[in-house]
Amino acid sequence: MTTDTTTQPPETAAVPPPGASPARTRATHSHRRLLTRRDRITLALMAGVPTILHVALVWVTAIASIFLAFTTWDGIGFDSIKWVGLDNFKQLFNDNPQFWPAVQHNVIWFVVLILIPTPFGLFLAVQLDKRIRFSRVYQTAFFLPVVISMACIGFVWQLVYNPDTGLINSIIGANKPGHYIDWIGDPHLNLWAILIAASWRHTGYMMILYLAGLKSVDPSLREAAALDGANEWQTFKSVIFPTLRPTNTVVLVVTIIEALRAFDLVFVFNKGAQGTELLSILVTNNIIGESSRIGYGSAIAVVLLVISLAVIIPYLIATFRKERRA
Amino acid sequence: MSSTTLPLKRRAPIRPARVLLHVFLAGTALAWLAPLLWAIFSALRPYSETSTKGYVSWPDKLTFENFTNAFKQSDMLHYFGNTLIIAVPAVLLTLFLSSCVAFYVSRFDFRLNLALLLVFTAGNLLPQQVIITPLYRLYLLTNLPGITASGKLYDSALGLVLIHVAFQSGFCAFVLSNYMRSLPHELTEAALVDGASVWRLYWQITLPLCKPAMAALATLLSIWIYNDFFWALVLISTGQNMPITSALNNLSGQYFTDPNLVAAGSLLTAIPTLVVYFALQRQFVSGLTLGSNKG
Repeated sequence: MTTDTTTQPPETAAVPPPGASPARTRATHSHRRLLTRRDRITLALMAGVPTILHVALVWVTAIASIFLAFTTWDGIGFDSIKWVGLDNFKQLFNDNPQFWPAVQHNVIWFVVLILIPTPFGLFLAVQLDKRIRFSRVYQTAFFLPVVISMACIGFVWQLVYNPDTGLINSIIGANKPGHYIDWIGDPHLNLWAILIAASWRHTGYMMILYLAGLKSVDPSLREAAALDGANEWQTFKSVIFPTLRPTNTVVLVVTIIEALRAFDLVFVFNKGAQGTELLSILVTNNIIGESSRIGYGSAIAVVLLVISLAVIIPYLIATFRKERRA
Repeated sequence: MSSTTLPLKRRAPIRPARVLLHVFLAGTALAWLAPLLWAIFSALRPYSETSTKGYVSWPDKLTFENFTNAFKQSDMLHYFGNTLIIAVPAVLLTLFLSSCVAFYVSRFDFRLNLALLLVFTAGNLLPQQVIITPLYRLYLLTNLPGITASGKLYDSALGLVLIHVAFQSGFCAFVLSNYMRSLPHELTEAALVDGASVWRLYWQITLPLCKPAMAALATLLSIWIYNDFFWALVLISTGQNMPITSALNNLSGQYFTDPNLVAAGSLLTAIPTLVVYFALQRQFVSGLTLGSNKG
């Protein structure tokens, strides 16, 4: 038995009694009459200041990315902004040797994360949910990579993959000329090497999300399945897994976003050189690299933005619909 | 109670399946720790020894010298200080501002609730690189003579604090508003009728009730902001001004010259994160799942 009780969000405990909503709206109306002028100013500031900060730094800049993607600009004076229509995008799609590989790598990144560490994280969660001894110890071991910074993980895996002094090549003797394996520099290998590190981290993250989902499965369901004589696999397949639907949605969205955001690990590992290009790396190289082309970098960012919003918007609409109904 | 009910309190016998499961889990857990253990092992060995004997070899001598050298040579304390200057205000401000928004949408204006939360939550889910190009330009164009050392938002701790707060308040506002909506409304109603000001409702009645959620978010934010690599990489140009995580990247070529020192240096940067995590494990995990446990 472990004392593993993650704080359940209290919304499960505090379901408003049926018919509470009309009373609530009445209360809101009487609120309005009770508020003094000072209260109104307080409220306006409480909602306004954080919103202005968030919108200015996150949304205005995101929209500026879209606008700048159709221009060229030297970044010095606003009067040097020139409208160039779709030129940046044409160049990006037709003449940039790194763009399509980067898109492909982002897709591979997502496919690998969803196919390997995600099911494995679910599998671990199901095993650890059985109230076994040392569950806490196992959980910590799997979760540790999620806590440590991605940059640090990049360095740790460099020590594993380093072709001259690394763990793998030292063991298999591939650090000598003749049969030398360059895990970090070889464009056919390095993406997969990094994906192992990324999967290593992602497994623990998925495990925690699924453990939380499994905690909210009604125990009477398991009992009923056991009484019906279902074995472990049958119980999981036809009873537990269907109840994990909300968790699966979150897991899917989190994994897509992780795949689009992937940056730190790759940058530390090999600067996103040949074989590990990603959209995030291309955008960043456009700022801190030799050539800083604002319009062009923004065009890459727009590609990233469009893909992200195609995922984020449907997810949020579905989530908030559920909230509304609840 | 009939005599046919099974005695439930009997200790379960040791089943082979259970033993197998433990063997599997212990083996996998060990494999998961292997890269970190390898880093620790490398960091504990003198460079002179590994360069002659190779890295996979029986150690003659284990020492903390690499750790002390990495710490001293690179002036690590200075970078930890930089992180502190950024992380502490950023965590406090994020919690304060996002709890204000959450209080407003969960207690006063249900119509705006949805729109505001949508904007905040979606903003937090965007990849950072979507906004970085204009943000970088904005930071370069903002002149703050006398306020920051650089005279701009660029290359200043203030600039990093602002973007952390703006970016992270999305997630926190979402979690806190859900939390506040589950608190009984009678508490604030009664106080309002008694003529308490809105500020008092927030500061003295609502906030103390949100302690568990605030603690979870504070833990999560501390670790996230400490671990941040990207914002500091792009928005800080002077190596001296970098927080520890992105400074690590600079130091690895300059001061950490051999793999053993690199291992020691990167492990040192992970220590504060691990301390916070082990001290506040429950808060951290519950914070992660608070945001996703919507079902």
